Amino acid sequence: MTATSRMERRFAALKADNRAGLVTFTTAGDPDYTHSLNTLLGLPAAGADVIELGMPFTDPMADGAAIQLGSQRALANGQNMVKTLQMVRELRKQDQDTPLVLMGYYNPIYRYGVEAFLEEAAEAGVDGLIVVDLPPEHDDELCVPAAQAGIHFIRLATPTTDAKRLPGVLANTSGFLYYVSSTGVTGAAAPTPEKVQAEVEAIRAHTDIPIGVGFGIRTPEQAARIARFADGVVVGSALVDRIAAAETPEAGTASVLSLVSELAEAVRNAR
Amino acid sequence: MSTETSLRQGPDASGFFGRFGGRFVAETLMPLILELQDEYERAKQDPAFHAELEKLQKDFVGRETPLYLAERLTEALGGAKIYLKREDLNHTGAHKINNCLGQILLAKRMGKKRIIAETGAGMHGVATATVAARFGMECVIYMGSTDIHRQQPNVQRMKLLGAKVIPVTSGTGTLKDAMNEALRDWVTNVDSTFYIIGTVAGPHPYPALVRDFQSVIGDETRQQMLDKEGRLPDTLVACIGGGSNAMGLFHPFLDDTDVKMIGVEAGGEGLDKRHAASLKGGEPGVLHGNRTFLLQSDDGQIQDAHSISAGLDYPGIGPEHAWLHDIKRVEYVAVTDEEALDGFKALCKYEGIIPALETSHAIAHVLKLAPTLPKDHLVVINLSGRGDKDMVTVTEHLADELAE
Repeated sequence: MTATSRMERRFAALKADNRAGLVTFTTAGDPDYTHSLNTLLGLPAAGADVIELGMPFTDPMADGAAIQLGSQRALANGQNMVKTLQMVRELRKQDQDTPLVLMGYYNPIYRYGVEAFLEEAAEAGVDGLIVVDLPPEHDDELCVPAAQAGIHFIRLATPTTDAKRLPGVLANTSGFLYYVSSTGVTGAAAPTPEKVQAEVEAIRAHTDIPIGVGFGIRTPEQAARIARFADGVVVGSALVDRIAAAETPEAGTASVLSLVSELAEAVRNAR
Repeated sequence: MSTETSLRQGPDASGFFGRFGGRFVAETLMPLILELQDEYERAKQDPAFHAELEKLQKDFVGRETPLYLAERLTEALGGAKIYLKREDLNHTGAHKINNCLGQILLAKRMGKKRIIAETGAGMHGVATATVAARFGMECVIYMGSTDIHRQQPNVQRMKLLGAKVIPVTSGTGTLKDAMNEALRDWVTNVDSTFYIIGTVAGPHPYPALVRDFQSVIGDETRQQMLDKEGRLPDTLVACIGGGSNAMGLFHPFLDDTDVKMIGVEAGGEGLDKRHAASLKGGEPGVLHGNRTFLLQSDDGQIQDAHSISAGLDYPGIGPEHAWLHDIKRVEYVAVTDEEALDGFKALCKYEGIIPALETSHAIAHVLKLAPTLPKDHLVVINLSGRGDKDMVTVTEHLADELAE
């Protein structure tokens, strides 16, 4: 990592503004390359502070129906890792400030080759990785090499991450910590904000790293409530649902960006 | 042999057999996986655990199962002397119950009240529903919608046993998709739920503990062969999907260098077409908690397996098999759907035993192998399950012959 990475600069700026950041998730290539790219390019202006881009996978074991279907649409239309990295390059041609995190599962990276993947991801302008099926026990697979390549490895902490596991989870995490507010798959209902806040405060006692909260946040009101105490608010399934529901791919892009604008406004005015 | 060179010591502390295995799961599941590992280590040291398991194996399952000399099959093939390890005679009709009993005793020790499982052919689902009923626990079985269609009798059995059978329509609606959905249930209900994985795959410690619970097959075979022939067998043959019946037979013999072992994968329509042979036609990758050989595209997307037998219709294989393949201790071959049907028919015709289509793959390989071997060569086929459940599939494929 450079002394201050794009991700660190972004969270420092958010802190200076005394507000949380909006973290958006969409799947690369959903519903197809062109329209997914259009959506991606529109996200910074719509108010996304950090962008998560899903690397589609046939067997997304930690995802609910919405993101499973998003992956399937993308794969059916020919999305692959080469195209996903190309989307990042396209974003970087016009945006040098918004951190981008690739999120997904290990197998497509493993198959691509960890070394080649990290080299190309760093060159393309990827700032972080979230790989759901790589717990700290497997840090030598990708987490440590990613850090050496200048890419943050963002870890998920969950309600089952107890005091015994938390130090291990935090050890090689950088960029931010993604607190998954409920056990279960993406898109599941969220627990009460009071409960989530208490859990986030408990983690803060152990780390200074920014904490993003996700899973089950769908509306501007919910996002605002979480934005009062979290450093980042992650919204995914609600955006992916907009793509699924749209009558045309163009309408899908417009619908996603419109929801992002509403969410961004709510997050910015939360405190 | 010295323990230093023993092949029976795996996995290592991180759950690896060579480069295969591991614990590639979401953070939500890690604490539970570690808890299971600790509980299993304690159970292994607890004589009361073993005593309860042995009592149930004997009185509830009907162990030990016979090692049966297949005289007419031996005569017909004119070569090796063929024995059948009769796991089809277990309660519920397959080897699957060996593992389910062990795991539900672990669930009980951990205070879990709810059991989930994935199933392909339905044999593991039936065995899981059976032990859940026996111990009065809630039971939810995930089964691909394609498999529900082709294994109807087992679906009805599970329902009669009080299990809720949830159809899985994602992907191709087969075993892989059922396992994804079971993992999603588990990650959601992690506090209350014990996941009884049916094969020697998944995150550590599952491959090791399923193997250990299935090793009763090989332990019995070893003693039975010594009693009958005064020596160890020469060749062991078993079918492989995830690989639990094969691992159960092979593992106790891994250090006996004179015992040859052959795992038979599902070659489907042929290795150049649709198949389920992960070792013969796959590449290393990471899925369902472990690194192993997988059917996958160049982009790391998992490909759909195909086999006439639902129980072998899985794009991966247990990590210990992947390792035994790497070090060449076990030979792995593939037989096609058509050949499996020949194996199925041969056992019906010569021995009066209707085998499962999964098991028929092992028989099919022996049809080719036995004639090439001398008459004093001892072959053991793991007769892993019975074929009642396969009547619909077999009737469709053999419609012309059965109409005569």
